[in-house]
Amino acid sequence: MSDGGQKRDSGRGREEEPEEQVDTDAETEASAKDLIDDVDDLLDEIDDVLEENAEEFVRGYVQKGGQ
Amino acid sequence: MATPKYVGVETEYGIAVDGPTEVNPVLASSLVVGAYRDPGDRDVGWDHTDEHPLRDARGYEAPDPHEPVVDDELGLANTVLTNGARFYVDHAHPEYATPECSNARDLVIWDKAGERILEDAAARAAGTLPAGSRVLVHKNNTDGKGAAYGTHENYLVPREVPFGHLTRQLLPFFVSRLLYVGAGRLGSELSDEVPFQLSQRADFFEVEVGLETTLKRPLMNTRDEPHADPDRYRRLHVINGDANLCEVATFLKVGTMLLILDLIEDGALPAVPALAEPVTAFHEVSHDLTGTRPLRLEDGSTATALEIQRRYLEACQRYVKDRDRDLDPVTAEVLERWEAVLATADDDPRGLAGQVDWATKLELLESYRVRHDLDWTADQLKMVDLQYHDVRRDKGLYHRLAARGRIERLVDEAEIIAATERPPVDTRAWFRGECIRRFRRSIVAAGWDSLIFDVGGEALQRVPMMEPGRGTREAVGDLLDSVADPQELLRRLTA
Repeated sequence: MSDGGQKRDSGRGREEEPEEQVDTDAETEASAKDLIDDVDDLLDEIDDVLEENAEEFVRGYVQKGGQ
Repeated sequence: MATPKYVGVETEYGIAVDGPTEVNPVLASSLVVGAYRDPGDRDVGWDHTDEHPLRDARGYEAPDPHEPVVDDELGLANTVLTNGARFYVDHAHPEYATPECSNARDLVIWDKAGERILEDAAARAAGTLPAGSRVLVHKNNTDGKGAAYGTHENYLVPREVPFGHLTRQLLPFFVSRLLYVGAGRLGSELSDEVPFQLSQRADFFEVEVGLETTLKRPLMNTRDEPHADPDRYRRLHVINGDANLCEVATFLKVGTMLLILDLIEDGALPAVPALAEPVTAFHEVSHDLTGTRPLRLEDGSTATALEIQRRYLEACQRYVKDRDRDLDPVTAEVLERWEAVLATADDDPRGLAGQVDWATKLELLESYRVRHDLDWTADQLKMVDLQYHDVRRDKGLYHRLAARGRIERLVDEAEIIAATERPPVDTRAWFRGECIRRFRRSIVAAGWDSLIFDVGGEALQRVPMMEPGRGTREAVGDLLDSVADPQELLRRLTA
């Protein structure tokens, strides 16, 4: 998942300064690994905070109508 | 030159009580609203004098079977807050209606303030229930089981702008804006072939134009109840949007509308692509995660949601360029972000993760699904979908993403917290909120366009506020600061 603002900035950078796009393979791999680690951390956290009895909770979640 | 526009957004929150005793949702909602006040304070009632929910913008009063019950008669909680908002129980949900705002950025702040108020109120309400009870509040619009509840935008528009004109010019916009307004949901009310769609609400819309809000929901709602001078204004009541957690989504949702309404008022919006079947197109856009599905037009050709959005964006860009005054910074930011969001969507709408809710949630669902090797219909995924909207900052998944810097923020948390107590300074909400803060004990009721004081005389005194742009800090701040008590305020106001 990417931060929208950062994403746009990197997009702009690519258009204006294509010569800077000479990342080494090692750098690219490292940042890809960071990204995966970050998603792993996030999913760990989601597992921690997610309602424990998901099945029961989801089934019991019934709302009265509204507008 | 277009007149100043004002906007407010009302949200019915989802509510669930978990604990040893069953609590019905109307009572639970009442507990939540009632919990949000200082001990000893009584609620500020609601003034229904100028409410006409059955008056139709097409020119008649509906003989409607769904005559709304006056909330006060049922004893349902209702209060008006010092930030100018209304906080009450509506249709078995706690509802927060923002104060009137003059621009999209303020609306984001006071809409977010509502989330913090609900978070606080729900925690307090749980404390009034047996030990082990939890009151969970979600800023969402459907339970995924056939119930939908609303997030309604309200825009003040001059009465001269014909309603039919608004309908023609806005229907294609409402259909195509789902690309950034949608809050996303698993499944569909209409088809088993839709694992995930852009909008929480789209499937619940059945007709193009109408007065209803709970049945046969119309894309264009005709309720004609301006909450302002009815000879000068109409209130455009937009009921087809979703509740957004992402600030960028809320900002664009109201920012684009405020600008387009200026164009319509000034006759500056060129002919827009007329959809052959707007309701069907609304469902189609919601069910298409690419934004590229061709939608049938009246002239026999087709256009995609992205193409339609681009037509509106270009018209707005031309309009501000042609105007001979400096562009205000909020409108400039709306245009810049709108263009950027469409550019991202053109590339791949899923790239909007971190800016709009449906894409943010979809990305989360995808990662979670892969990690746990789940089917799209798994209950754990439904839990992720639901908990994305949980207003608790330590449990809500939107909030966990935001805490990790994965969500683009537009406003400071300090501004949001301040807005839970203080009204916007440049609308009549300032007068409403400040009077309640200063003279709560003397105010028996408030409405959008009135305050009713009881200062001990023979009769109650009603102060009408028919102009949403009056009652600002600039206009009445000195007056309020200089009066010793509400009696003096009323004397000076009527002098």
